[in-house]
Amino acid sequence: MSSVYLDHAATTPISRAAWEAMNTQMQVLGNPSSLHADGRSTRKALEDARERIAAKIGALPSEIIFTASGTEANNTALKGFYWSGRKSGRNVILISAIEHRAISDPTHWLKEHEGAEVIELPVSVDGVVDLVVLKKMVDSRGDEIAIISLMHSNNETGVIQPISEVVKIAGNIPVHCDAVQSFCKVPFSFSELGLTALTISAHKIGGPLGVGALVLRRTLEIPPLLHGGGQERDIRSGTLNAPAIVGFATAADYEKYPATKILSLRDYFIRKVIELIPDASINGEKSERLPGIVNVTFPGTQSEVLLLLMDGANVSCSTGSACSAGVPEASHVLLAMGHTVKTALSSLRFSLGATTTRVEIDYVLSVLPSVIERGRAASSI
Amino acid sequence: MKLIAAMSGGVDSAVAAARAVEAGHEVTGVHLALSSNPQKYRSGARGCCTIEDSHDARRAADLIGIPFYIWDMAEEFHDGVVEDFLAEYAAGRTPNPCLRCNEKIKFAAVLDRARAMGFDGVVTGHYARTQIGSMGKTLHRAVDHLKDQSYVLSVLTVAQIHGAIFPLGDTTKIDIRAEAQALGLAVAQKPDSHDICFVPSGDNAGWLRDRLGSEVGPIVDQNGRAIGEHKGAYTYTIGQRKGLGLTVPSTDGSPRFVLKIEPVTNTVVVGAREDLAISVMRGERAVWCGPAVTEEIQRGFVQVRAHGGALACTYFFKDGLLVAQLDAPLLGLATGQAMAIYDGDRVVGSATICETA
Repeated sequence: MSSVYLDHAATTPISRAAWEAMNTQMQVLGNPSSLHADGRSTRKALEDARERIAAKIGALPSEIIFTASGTEANNTALKGFYWSGRKSGRNVILISAIEHRAISDPTHWLKEHEGAEVIELPVSVDGVVDLVVLKKMVDSRGDEIAIISLMHSNNETGVIQPISEVVKIAGNIPVHCDAVQSFCKVPFSFSELGLTALTISAHKIGGPLGVGALVLRRTLEIPPLLHGGGQERDIRSGTLNAPAIVGFATAADYEKYPATKILSLRDYFIRKVIELIPDASINGEKSERLPGIVNVTFPGTQSEVLLLLMDGANVSCSTGSACSAGVPEASHVLLAMGHTVKTALSSLRFSLGATTTRVEIDYVLSVLPSVIERGRAASSI
Repeated sequence: MKLIAAMSGGVDSAVAAARAVEAGHEVTGVHLALSSNPQKYRSGARGCCTIEDSHDARRAADLIGIPFYIWDMAEEFHDGVVEDFLAEYAAGRTPNPCLRCNEKIKFAAVLDRARAMGFDGVVTGHYARTQIGSMGKTLHRAVDHLKDQSYVLSVLTVAQIHGAIFPLGDTTKIDIRAEAQALGLAVAQKPDSHDICFVPSGDNAGWLRDRLGSEVGPIVDQNGRAIGEHKGAYTYTIGQRKGLGLTVPSTDGSPRFVLKIEPVTNTVVVGAREDLAISVMRGERAVWCGPAVTEEIQRGFVQVRAHGGALACTYFFKDGLLVAQLDAPLLGLATGQAMAIYDGDRVVGSATICETA
């Protein structure tokens, strides 16, 4: 076995179709904002792409604002809604305790620099956001809340969040949803969910790195982060990255995510892991989850050691996030689900993708016992 | 062999890792995160655990073509090295934290973890050599005597030396830089690190004052007569002459030097230059880098500072103390420093100085 990639939630291989579409588009001259024939040709490719993505996500084409990343889309939404809301006296941002740093960091920045008040909703031991607390907050402080931002599914555990209920509880309060992990993995529709805004990213679905989108309800205006040519509804400026956007749309449109296959591989993997390491536990096991993410706690180990040993056996997996110095940190997601720092730091995320095979899973299972054994020996020092 | 290369982000450890790869070993680079709150950038020649340093280490590993990881040893470093440093100063002794780091982190926590994970040893960029002979694997000075770091390794036990690989001991620093340049390593011209890595400002006295307080106390002569006032006893060094601020001159007008620091009474004792002279030192917590020293008196050398000279002496070990009798007296020696014994260029062992006479 040359190597096994089980870190598809971090990024997943670019699809053949997306790669070819990008390759073609990269050879086409023309700034999509130019008025001549060359510009129009690029513009056409770009608007085709916009329509395909809009159709895939259940939004209008004009609701798609292309950005350079999911992080940028999240920042645009949070800061935009906060600054708009603050004008009418709404200065509360409501997020959950398990949001990705691309949500929690801009939110805390707004708290420190712009006077926002931040409310973090707790989650259950199974990793699902607490709707009772949400309802209480909306009932008691609804007219102070500028934006509610909750993820569609969690990037570390794969646990799917009850966004539809969240939108119902929120009433007139704008709801943004970071759907980077869910897009093209589980079905959902922007309009049917009744969301105000939503974030997606290309490289999680077999598209290229460096492109994402903010889906924003048609009539809404929020202040931009990047000022300039105003290319995207005056909410985002910068020459549009046509090849990447075309690649994004192709990945979203053509690629059929093999959810059933991945789900059955995942369940097989989980069953075998528990057979081999009986005291291991699956985080968020009782909740509805994405097909591709498995988060396992191996008691008595340290994830940084396990990752090194797995990497040494040519298996790529993840410890969750690392601090700026590169040291794995106890996952805030697992801590919010009731883990201690020690058990949170004994966990690994394996994420499967469209290319994952049974042979690969069997290989990982074959090296797992010795990795855990050596990991336990190293951690007991 | 399967080896862990400890990579600080400096030129020495990068070349050491490259040499281990060249020698045919399967090498994995590891940068030790020793501070839980690292500085972003390196300032001058200080520190070895900034984020910039970890980036340099990663770049070097990538160029050498080895896997690279960061290991969090901040807690172990704090408990084993920083706390020990503070406790020693608070007790009026002068510790060497680099020795403690080798003893407790690089060749203990790191080596033990590496062995448990299935590695055979740890490669570092220390300037020292090991040899295998009739006494087993022994520790020796580097050929570059100016860069020789065997002193700070003299706390390693035989078992630790067995797991230690020092690829740089046969080369001078100038040649190591040239080798780094030839390998295309960006760290080739990075300045050497000096001072204490966990005191990024380089102001050791200020750093100690912040943590141990700066309670004023008397400066007394050898008769116990108060002749001045100090600002925190542990910021003084044995043999120090400048900055004492004495108000009462000595009877013969000769300069006075710090002879002793007494933490319990918070007193600094000063006296004449000749009172600094010592010819016997005794050390506790002895460690042998090869066969143990016995009661039998041996001739050899003792070194008491990282870059101090080797002083001719006789030595023996009795009643739990390593004793060295110098051929010629030495001026100014603080307790807490390590006394490393050499037989020629072989490191025999070391102990922590607890008594001088």
